[in-house]
Amino acid sequence: MKIVIVGAGPAGLAAARSAAEGVARSGADVTLIDGNHSTGGQIWRGGGAPEIETGVATLLNTRVASPDLLTFDKLILATGARELFLPFPGWTLPGVFGAGGLQALVKEGLDVRNKRVVVAGTGPLLLAVAHYLKTHGADIRLIAEQAPWSKLIRFGAALPSRKWLEALRLWNPCFSPSTWVTEAQGTTHVKSVSAGGKKIPCDYLAIGYGLVPNTELPQLMKVDPCALDEYQRTSNPAIFCAGEVTGIGGVDLSIVEGSIAGYAAAGDVEKARAFFVQRDRWKRFGTALAEAFALRPELAQLARPDTFVCRCEDVTYQELVAKASWREAKIHSRCGMGPCQGRVCGPAVEFLFGWKPDSVRPPLFPTPSGSFSMIGNEPQ
Amino acid sequence: MDDSEAQFALTRLSRELWMELSPDLPRSVEYEACGTLWVAADEEEMREVRRKQEFYASRGVSTQILDALQLREAEPNLRDGLAGALLVNQDSVVYPPCAAVELIARSGATVLRARSVGIESQKVMLANGESLEAGVIINAAGIHAGALMPSVSVPIAPRKGHLLITDRYPGFVRHQLVELGYLKSAHSTTGSSVAFNVQPRRTGQLLIGSSRQFGVNSPDIDAPMMARMLRRATDFMPGIARLSAIRSWTGVRAATPDKLPLIGPCPGLPHAFIAAGHEGLGITTSLGTARILTDHIVGKTPPIPLSPYLPDRHA
Repeated sequence: MKIVIVGAGPAGLAAARSAAEGVARSGADVTLIDGNHSTGGQIWRGGGAPEIETGVATLLNTRVASPDLLTFDKLILATGARELFLPFPGWTLPGVFGAGGLQALVKEGLDVRNKRVVVAGTGPLLLAVAHYLKTHGADIRLIAEQAPWSKLIRFGAALPSRKWLEALRLWNPCFSPSTWVTEAQGTTHVKSVSAGGKKIPCDYLAIGYGLVPNTELPQLMKVDPCALDEYQRTSNPAIFCAGEVTGIGGVDLSIVEGSIAGYAAAGDVEKARAFFVQRDRWKRFGTALAEAFALRPELAQLARPDTFVCRCEDVTYQELVAKASWREAKIHSRCGMGPCQGRVCGPAVEFLFGWKPDSVRPPLFPTPSGSFSMIGNEPQ
Repeated sequence: MDDSEAQFALTRLSRELWMELSPDLPRSVEYEACGTLWVAADEEEMREVRRKQEFYASRGVSTQILDALQLREAEPNLRDGLAGALLVNQDSVVYPPCAAVELIARSGATVLRARSVGIESQKVMLANGESLEAGVIINAAGIHAGALMPSVSVPIAPRKGHLLITDRYPGFVRHQLVELGYLKSAHSTTGSSVAFNVQPRRTGQLLIGSSRQFGVNSPDIDAPMMARMLRRATDFMPGIARLSAIRSWTGVRAATPDKLPLIGPCPGLPHAFIAAGHEGLGITTSLGTARILTDHIVGKTPPIPLSPYLPDRHA
C-alpha cells in the first residue's frame, strides 16, 4: 500500500508519523511531499519541526501542480493555508509584506535590526510575528488589531491556560485593538502608514487579515475538504484532508487532524478514534477564533477607485465594482488571470464583493509547459 | 478558412469587416494584426503553400511565401529544418470577451441577464419562468442551439478543445502559427486530433493549442490529450517546454458535418433564425455572419449569398 501526504506542515507531519506507525507492520510506504526546501510548513519554517519518522520518504521542493502524476492508494491532503490580503491605498508598495511573509523573510536572512515596523491585520499571528521581529532587532511601532477589545476579551476567557501563558509571553504594549491601516504612504518604498487617525513613520508594514485555506488541490480532485467523515475522509474513500485546508483552527487542531487521518489511512481506526475528544476541543477553539477575529465591514471600504485589487494584472477597484460575478470580472478585466491565478485577489474580492470562486484548473502553480507533455497513455 | 469556397467567402467578408472596425476598437479588445504563418514542415507541405497562395491570389487576398531562411528570421523559436511558410499578412487576433462587450455597447441593445430554455415561433422562454415576445428571434447559442429548438433539426455536434496559457514572453512568438498538417489532421471530422497552433496575445502571453475531440462534453482537462497537444507544440517549437504555463482551458466548438455554419431561417419555425455551428472560426466569421443574416432579415441583398449556409441544406 502506498500512502501519499501532500504538505509537510503540522498536519502533514503528524499524518506521516501516525501513518508510518500504523503501517509499520504491513510494510506499506509513506511519502511526504512539500514545495519548500524543508519540512515544517509556514509555522515551523526555519526550525521547530519534529523529526521525520523512519519509514517516511520525503519529496521536498516539489509542488503538486496537477494530480495527474500522483499515484497512491491513500492520499492525505494537508495543503495548509495562506494569508489574506485586503486592498487599501499603498498596499502594493515595496516594504509592505504579509505578516507571516515578513517573518518568513527574516527567517531566510532579511535583516530587520533597527527597522521601524508596523504589524497590522488580525489574529493571534500578529503578536507572534511582532515578538519574533522584535527578538531579531526590529523596532515595533504599532500592532494594529482590527478586532475590538470586547471580542478579544471574550476570546481570552475561553482560552486554555497554556494559550494564556503564550499570549503573556508575546505581549507587546504597542498592541492596539479596533485599529486598522487605512493607507500606506511612500513613492518607491513605504515611508509611513495611517492607522487609528495617526500617521506612523515606518520602514516595513507587515499586514495579514487572517488565513485562507488552500483548497485548490482538493477542488481539482473533486473532493470537498469541509465535508469529511469522522476519520477526516472525503467523499472519495481514498482521499483524506487534515489541517488548515479543512478550515482555520490553529496548529493544535492541525496536529490532531493529521494524526487521525494518518492512522485512518493506515487502517488503524482505534488509534484514530483516540484523538476524537482532543479534536472536538480544538475545533471549539477554531470557532472562537473565527468569531473573535471576524473582519469588520469597514475593511471592505478602504480601496479607492484607483487602488489595485489584482496586482498580477494591474486591475483596479473601479474596473471591478460594476461587474456581476467573479467569472465576468475575470474574463473582462483579467483580474485573477496572472501568475498567482487569483490566489491573492480571489479571497479579497470574495470579501469585497461577495463573489464566489469558480472552477480550478491545472496547473495550480506556474509550471514549465514541458511538464504537461510527460503524461502518458495517449487516448486513441 | 479555405476548406471550401463558401467558407472562404464568409471568412474574407468577415476579415474586411474586422479591418473596418479595427481603428476605433478599445485597447481591451487586444486587436493585433500579427498575421498568420501557415508552417510547412516538408516539401509536400510547401506544395500546399504554393497551392494556397494561388487560391488566395485568385480571390483577391495577397499572401507571401517564406522559404526556410525567411521563416527562421520571422520566427526564430521554430525548430530547424522546416521547409517554409505562407504568410497571410492582414490576419489578426482579438480577445473575444472584450470584443463582445464592445459590440454590444455599440449596438445599443438592452442586455437581459437570463438563461433561455426554449424558442417558439415568436417567443423565447426563460429559465425564470418568464418569456419574451419578439417579431424576430435569432438563435446564436452555439452547441446549445439545438436544445433550444427540439422540433428543429440542428446538426451541431460538440468538439472539445484544450489550450495552455503561458506567462508573459513578449516577442517569443510574433505571428499566429498554424501547422499546415492542420488541414490533414484537425479538419478530419471523426476521431480526436492535435495540431500545432500558437497565438500571441498583446500581453505577451501565448495560447498554445490545439486539440479536437468529438463526443466529449466534460469541461475537465484531459491530461493525456493535453500531453499529446504539448508534444506536438514542442515538436515545432522546442523552447515552449521551458515557458511557464499558468492556466489551462477547455472549450467546446460547435461543429457541423460539412464544416459550414448554419445561418438563416429556422425550418418550420417562422420568424426564428439561426446563427451557429461555426466550429473554430466563430470569432473570425462573427461579423460576416451578422451582416448576411441581418441583410436577409431586413430584405437587403447580402454582400455574399446566404444559400451555402442555410440551416435546411442538410435536409
